Amino acid sequence: MTSYRKVRRGAGRAVVYVLLTLASLIMIYPLLWMFFGAFKSNSELFGSMTLLPEVWDFTGFVKGWAGSGFFDYGDYFLNTFRMTIPCIVLGIASSILVAYGFTRFQFVGKKLFFTLMIATMLLPGTTMIIPRYILFNQIGWLDTYWPFIMPMAFATVAFNNFMLITFFRDLPESLDEAATIDGANSWQILTRIYVPLSKTSIVTIGLFIFIGNWNNFFEPLIYISSQEKFTLPLALQMTFNQAQVEWNRALAMSFCAVVPLVLLFLFAQKYFIEGIATTGIKE
Amino acid sequence: MKAVRAGNARRRRRHQNIGLLYILPWLIGFLCLQLYPFLSSLYYSFTQYNILNAPIWIGLENFRNIFTTDANFGVSVKATFLYVAFSLPLRLISALAVALLLNLKIRGVGLFRTAFYIPSLLGGSVAVAVVWRYLFGGEGPVNLALGLLGAGPVNWLADQNITIFTISLLSVWQFGASMVIFLAGLKNIPVVYYEAARVEGARPVRMFFSITLPLIYRVLMYNFIMEFIRSFQDFTAAFLITKGGPMNSTYLFALKLYEDAFQSFRIGYASAESWLLFAVLVVFTILIFRAGNLWEFYTGGGKK
Repeated sequence: MTSYRKVRRGAGRAVVYVLLTLASLIMIYPLLWMFFGAFKSNSELFGSMTLLPEVWDFTGFVKGWAGSGFFDYGDYFLNTFRMTIPCIVLGIASSILVAYGFTRFQFVGKKLFFTLMIATMLLPGTTMIIPRYILFNQIGWLDTYWPFIMPMAFATVAFNNFMLITFFRDLPESLDEAATIDGANSWQILTRIYVPLSKTSIVTIGLFIFIGNWNNFFEPLIYISSQEKFTLPLALQMTFNQAQVEWNRALAMSFCAVVPLVLLFLFAQKYFIEGIATTGIKE
Repeated sequence: MKAVRAGNARRRRRHQNIGLLYILPWLIGFLCLQLYPFLSSLYYSFTQYNILNAPIWIGLENFRNIFTTDANFGVSVKATFLYVAFSLPLRLISALAVALLLNLKIRGVGLFRTAFYIPSLLGGSVAVAVVWRYLFGGEGPVNLALGLLGAGPVNWLADQNITIFTISLLSVWQFGASMVIFLAGLKNIPVVYYEAARVEGARPVRMFFSITLPLIYRVLMYNFIMEFIRSFQDFTAAFLITKGGPMNSTYLFALKLYEDAFQSFRIGYASAESWLLFAVLVVFTILIFRAGNLWEFYTGGGKK
């Protein structure tokens, strides 16, 4: 009886492994095609079912990287960093301040403000983009990176604030009290106690901002118009959206655009998983 | 003594109001970059406005036109609803199913999790759209594979009855982030519940509906609402892979908004459309919450 059960359970296990392996292969398969396709010649890309290229061809990378005009992908990578790094630094700094304010102080209107902040998580970005475009047009921020940096500098991504709040909330209040008795003011408590203790959450927020900017296509499409300032997604679109698509170039550059993300994930997996998990679980 | 205490209280209150200073960045951002744009777009929705000239108040004209003269509106709404109706449930079900499997204390969870998560990391990026159009192209690898199985080539990107599903499939493929959230929710369920149920002789299906589902209910709601709001606004895949076609079959609402606002520069009109989208999302979100409460009410044995 027991052995029969054990066998059945073992068989169940095996089924689970087979299922998971098959499913994860399907998940990864498109990316494998992207990777190997980048090394194929245009003629081999279609009409052949073999995943590996017959001849490893690097022209996709060389010609793709060179771009078509005055700018190459080196410029686009630099632009992407130029846009993303201020977003990360300012986004983290402002979120820390705001989360600290919401966690440790009982000020007037706190409840209302907090509710409003959570409500903005449900606010569709699509409703905001038109009036923001007009606003930025009036201020003269179109075709600059300010439309990306300023919302970060002013902590408008409620998701980030919220993640830090859930973390700060769990820090024991006795820490503050002890520091207060030692004569520390609230700024010192923040910078000397809270920030060092929440390194993990801070890194996670930084990663999320990085990825959000790296993939962002809709907003750059609207705000950025000169090729000189194109970020990677816009450049990719340019390589890709042509009457005669040079598929190996498009795939090679897509691959280049994706690699930093995948590497980042592999090295910082812990931060991602924890970060996503906490936002969904805690209230 | 009393005065001292009052002084202390006042000092503490003043000390507490420093909190306002800390949240000031958000407050400014909220007022200038969220609330003001939000309200101004409501105003624009009642105007005729092309950015170059000052907005002209035309009352409900935009809304009337959307419903009466704009042939693309209905087409776009239909495409969007089909897209959400197909991609959202599949995405959530896949996420939950894989999370349940990964929660079985199997070996190599990290490896599997990576494989399932990476697609969602790439999100709505252009790179993924490129790959999708390549894979599902006329002579692309997917059709070649089907050919080997003896199935005829499918017009994944050219048949107006199929394209919307091809695009939805890309969204389903990116279920990883929801899966990670589900997995964390599942890990929070105490194992004793299952052990007790097993002693009572409950079968796995029963355990899923009586233990798992009620206990991950909040996580489920979170995923559902967030994904719901997001998928109604999806843009990149349809814009890059099919450009809204063929025959406007993938003309998602975000595409229409983009064209009306930033190509035709009918700002007032597009603002009205964006407010309709907002209204629809609010109504649905409230309905989802309501339905959710009802469900919780019944499973809680009728107790409030």
